Amino acid sequence: MMAAGILAYGGYVPKARLQRAEIAKAHSWFNPGLRGLGRGERAMANWDEDTVTMAVEAGRDCLADLPRGDVGGLYMASTTYPFLDRQNSGIVAEALNLNRGLQAVDLSSSQRAGSSALMLALQTSGERATLVCASEKRRTKAASPLEFSCGDGAAALLVGEGEVVARYLGGATETVDFVDHFRGEGESFDYTWEERWVRDESYLKIVPGVVTTALDNAGVSVDSIAKFCVPSTMPKVATMLAKSIGLPAESVADNLQANCGETGAAHALVMLVNALEQAQAGDKILVIGFGQGCDALVFEVTPAISTMHGRLGIAGHLARRREEHNYQRFVAFNELLIMERGIRAEVDKGTGLTTLYRNRAMTQGFVGGKCNKCGTIQFPKANICVDPQCAAIGSQEDEPFSNKTAKLNSFTADGLTYTPDPPNYFGMVQFDEGGRLMSDFTDIDPDAELVVGMPMRMVFRVKDYDKRRGFRRYFWKATPADGPA
Amino acid sequence: MASGIKDKVAILGMGCAKFGERWDQNADDLIVEAYSEAIADAGIETSQIDAAWFGTAIEEQHVGKSGVPLATALRLPYIPVTRVENYCASGTEAFRGAVYAVASGAADIALAVGVEKLKDTGYGGLPQRSRGSVNDLYWANASAPGSFAQLAAAYSAKHGVNAGDLKRAMAHISIKSHDNGSRNPKAHLRNQINEEKVLNAPMIADPLGLYDCCGVSDGSACAIVTTPDIARGLGKKDLVTVKALQLAVSNGTEAQHNSWDGSYFMTTRKAAERAYTEAGISKPRDQVSLFEVHDCFSITELVTMEDLNISPEGGAVKDIMDGFYDADGKVPCQIDGGLKCFGHPIGASGLRMIYEMYLQMHGRADARQRQDEPVFGLTHNLGGFPHQNVSSVTIVGKEGA
Repeated sequence: MMAAGILAYGGYVPKARLQRAEIAKAHSWFNPGLRGLGRGERAMANWDEDTVTMAVEAGRDCLADLPRGDVGGLYMASTTYPFLDRQNSGIVAEALNLNRGLQAVDLSSSQRAGSSALMLALQTSGERATLVCASEKRRTKAASPLEFSCGDGAAALLVGEGEVVARYLGGATETVDFVDHFRGEGESFDYTWEERWVRDESYLKIVPGVVTTALDNAGVSVDSIAKFCVPSTMPKVATMLAKSIGLPAESVADNLQANCGETGAAHALVMLVNALEQAQAGDKILVIGFGQGCDALVFEVTPAISTMHGRLGIAGHLARRREEHNYQRFVAFNELLIMERGIRAEVDKGTGLTTLYRNRAMTQGFVGGKCNKCGTIQFPKANICVDPQCAAIGSQEDEPFSNKTAKLNSFTADGLTYTPDPPNYFGMVQFDEGGRLMSDFTDIDPDAELVVGMPMRMVFRVKDYDKRRGFRRYFWKATPADGPA
Repeated sequence: MASGIKDKVAILGMGCAKFGERWDQNADDLIVEAYSEAIADAGIETSQIDAAWFGTAIEEQHVGKSGVPLATALRLPYIPVTRVENYCASGTEAFRGAVYAVASGAADIALAVGVEKLKDTGYGGLPQRSRGSVNDLYWANASAPGSFAQLAAAYSAKHGVNAGDLKRAMAHISIKSHDNGSRNPKAHLRNQINEEKVLNAPMIADPLGLYDCCGVSDGSACAIVTTPDIARGLGKKDLVTVKALQLAVSNGTEAQHNSWDGSYFMTTRKAAERAYTEAGISKPRDQVSLFEVHDCFSITELVTMEDLNISPEGGAVKDIMDGFYDADGKVPCQIDGGLKCFGHPIGASGLRMIYEMYLQMHGRADARQRQDEPVFGLTHNLGGFPHQNVSSVTIVGKEGA
């Protein structure tokens, strides 16, 4: 039997980084103890991002130009799904234009969901690869320590047999109903218990045994571990664990607390991706997932790791950042404050489910058409070709647009239409291979100039929230094709 | 080509309600206000009207659907009443229906009424609303100023006009329309403004500031049309006749095909070319006496003057700054204040433009009367967005011209 492992990795971190000093400034009058947390920055999802959109972007980063028809499974992990009953991984699969025959599964209800999804994928993937997407965007109470320590983000790993970049050597898992925090039915926020108790009774008592078993199963000695990924923001817990287990002190991986924040159920995978980005062939990586027990997985990096260039991953996305100094914007995006949004915001955003289903390839998959008579690429796909010289009927084949590059034709900053983050930037983008779209823009830096002709790329985002019915619809938006590619 | 509409139909009477914030009036009150003026002007009885067309665009804000609201407001005697909607060309579409009915012989006398009641939303600007269930899935979240602002970016890029020069030409357009509106008692906005005020106004959709955007108004306008022979039989002299009625509608080329650069209106160019042919006008810059164009935004007027083949392509800025389109210029544009200041009750706007041409041709425009005797007047509506729209071009003029 061939050894399963990681075939490819990808990551996603939202562009905005809320400066923690701003959070501290807002709340230290109430709780002076928070001042000490006001260091560094945390990733902050845009208003149009959720765990589905972030999983899609991580998945796109991971799959890059790999053949998508070969993906046989999509395991998604999150504790902050936009839908409680509508398969979230199904939306991701459609946005990624994956094979409809794949097995999609949503895992949830524990901060360990990400590592468990990965472990399951490693156990079940055969010749057909499984894409594991872990994504988190937690709402946190204003003035809570979690507001500082959490970050929004996602990671994706393609798991299967073949030319793996990291071989799975083995792992172990243990389940203990240790309730360090919880989020009950209908609750938006976590209820947390004292950190010192969690550290002493849970991390330091549960993790070492699981790790030791995992290393035994993997046939790896403690001193050969190059990277130890502990997705915890608790000070010193990773170092204490390394010491108690006997791992090299220098193996403790950066928990990304300074520049990202802890991405919940995604964080084990976010840290694993980050470790893989820095790894050399032969490195052994130990990653744990923690929450009502522990998962521990051991990997060995292969020479194929050098084929992963070109992905933004976690490091690339972390480098692609815009500082957010306005704490009020974070509060507004996360609906922690009752705001006057104006009568324009009252427009009914109801979606006909029949309409959505008929048009899901167009809207969620961003599939347009290519005329098989004249070759014109166009969006949306229509019965009659848009080329005035052609106008062939029924001539169009599916043409995915999501990875096409485009140029900016016209634009504005619209201060009249309602948007949660005014002004709404939008304009005409023209795809280099053909086709165009009057498109909403997202992640526009107000200080960076838009110029006709500048390169744009498309990203998957929430188009509208239907607050009345608890629904949201997704579509693609244009964003400047900046940053390292 | 078809022989066209030229001189087949005459305007028998017209009316227009005062545009503005008509807080105390329902849409049917505004209809009656416009109609009372028109029927008195025409000198006929309601019972002589054979058919009616009713233009309104955002009917859910006021009268609701169908021809019934018009028939009921005017107690029309069980004649055919057709409600039409075609974005901001809805009023002109009502006119086109009535004119074609007379030209075909199906009606001797026909009525066109447009109305809109836009000030019942609770906020300024056009009502924010659904664009249709499929469009709502993927169309950009755009306001009207946001859509039209796109023109400025594309126009600047194409013609190498710097943003400051373009903004000043746009300001000149609005200052001119406010000057004109100040002389019009039925206009919504009657204040005069200056360049400093325009350039420092709050930004609505970059680069369109507050004064680059037209008024959103309540109002109604009305036309009664018949054949020239019937008009003469009713004692009318110096007839104003319809010379051309053209409409061009986007088919998705601008929105979906990369052959359009975003700096002009494909529809207006097509409609204008056909309208000049229909009216027998070969040199529009020299022959057309007055323009009422769809100045929903200052940039729309600027670009439209090129699309109507009056200013050369890329040359509108110069003409505007030279005062070519001012009330005392070579060819006045928006001598009544335009959408900018007369106001823009959507369904009424096309008819309001024709109303102004009709008054000017008859020398009844009082303080704003053009002294050079007008011969041809061109009205233009633009509905939708630069990348997908309906554009109407109507030419009226002195009979026989």
